[in-house]
Amino acid sequence: MLKVHNLVVDHGAIRALNGVSFTVETGKLSAVIGANGAGKSTLLRTLSGLNKATEGSAMWEDHNLLHGKPESHVRQGVSHVSEGKSVVAELTVEENLELGALWRRNKKESLETKKEVVELFPRLGERLEQRADTLSGGERQMLAIGRALMARPQLLLLDEPSLGLAPLVIEQIFQTIRGIVDSMKVTVVLVEQNAMGALKIADTGVVLNLGHIAATGSAADLIADPAVRAAYLGY
Amino acid sequence: MFQFINTILIGLTSGAIYSLMALAIVLVWRSTRVINFAQAGLALASTYIGYQVLQVIDNYWLALLIAMIAGAALSAFIELAFMRVLLKHTNSGPIASVAPIIATLGLLGIVKAVITMIWGGQDVLVKPPLSNTGFSIGTQTLVFSPMKLAIIISVALLVLVFSLIFQKTNIGLALRASAYAPEIARLAGVRVDFVRTLGWALSGASGAVAGLLLTSYGNGSFSPESIEFSLLLISGFIAAVIGGLDSLVGAVIGGLVLGLASAFVLMYISGSLFFIAPFVILLLVLFIRPQGILGTKAGRRA
Repeated sequence: MLKVHNLVVDHGAIRALNGVSFTVETGKLSAVIGANGAGKSTLLRTLSGLNKATEGSAMWEDHNLLHGKPESHVRQGVSHVSEGKSVVAELTVEENLELGALWRRNKKESLETKKEVVELFPRLGERLEQRADTLSGGERQMLAIGRALMARPQLLLLDEPSLGLAPLVIEQIFQTIRGIVDSMKVTVVLVEQNAMGALKIADTGVVLNLGHIAATGSAADLIADPAVRAAYLGY
Repeated sequence: MFQFINTILIGLTSGAIYSLMALAIVLVWRSTRVINFAQAGLALASTYIGYQVLQVIDNYWLALLIAMIAGAALSAFIELAFMRVLLKHTNSGPIASVAPIIATLGLLGIVKAVITMIWGGQDVLVKPPLSNTGFSIGTQTLVFSPMKLAIIISVALLVLVFSLIFQKTNIGLALRASAYAPEIARLAGVRVDFVRTLGWALSGASGAVAGLLLTSYGNGSFSPESIEFSLLLISGFIAAVIGGLDSLVGAVIGGLVLGLASAFVLMYISGSLFFIAPFVILLLVLFIRPQGILGTKAGRRA
């Protein structure tokens, strides 16, 4: 289980997160929604070790997420796909995938994982030799997620995978994310501006507003909540 | 025709040495975004270590190998002990881009002072292992000699090893990813801090070979104040900029271009342009292609 308790994060003089608490059950998909500047990305960056917390606690199973660097968290099963198609543009598709498993000792297992990832994203399999910056936006996002899966994560933190993509592609990416949760038993925290799309595939939701929790609950309840609908779902 | 071939061979030899220095500068730039002026000091220190080894074992190539390892260790030590702390404390504000460079200038002074303390300020000699008398064609003698041929071969071998490391190994993949996108590399599980130190080590090795080969390019004598080493730093830096500063392939090409261009200027225009030619070439390249020869996106590949 992911347990975030009273998390406070400061960017210099600005308080980006102010006492955020929520939990995500193992094997579930939780959507974190909210407007620009609500602190969604900060939340993920703190959980993966890129940002430092001022106060509070965050535990994944019995692993303290507020201690250690991202590269240590990856080894504990926590992978983060940062905002804006986090692939290395200058490397090939295959190199990007291999990058995600460089730290793994068992090369045979890494090769198997690569096969699984390519099965999940056949488009990547056709483009292994191409440089990542020749891919379309949707393919890049698939590559970013694929790279994270190469580490065989138990907890996957996804930051705005729908950013800048066409509606049809967004739908496809969201379905894939749901598939990852169901078939690979990965727990996912999905940060999204596309609130409706994210809540539709999520089990639970967290609504962030200016660094505070505005609402939490099951995704279905949040979609039905008139206040959430008016503020974030646009109808 | 004879003079033309002669000029090309001389240009390639000096260019090969510039290439190594340019590689050293680019490797550090890629791993920590610092222009390392201490590079000349490190190359000099490694050359002295090679000299010291030669006092014990009379094998130039073994001394070169040991100097290379020593250069790598020295450079890694400087990154770990000084630059890492410094970069952590100057990572924001107006001083961020200047402080590390000034610091490397300071380090250059310190390294030279330590060298003078250990080995003294007078000239020492590393006898070139091969003849510096040129090959003969018929009745004419080239300036190109067995030693210069060995220099070109050594540089080619080292560049080959480097490109194999970068393109074919996991360490190379980690080095490239950390250079292009450190945050993503970190999120993928790469221990970026360690990889940075490794980049400095490779740079130190490259600079060490440049230093020792440079002395053998001439008569083999050098001192802490050798003008050749100051020029090596400048030439290496210019070659790195010509190559686009970010590209390893560019560094090698930049070195060769600079070597060839200088050789032609000196041979066909005037030998007195020795100090000015590299700068004029740099200016020309910056006017025509400010991003460097391989400074385009595609050129960042290596």
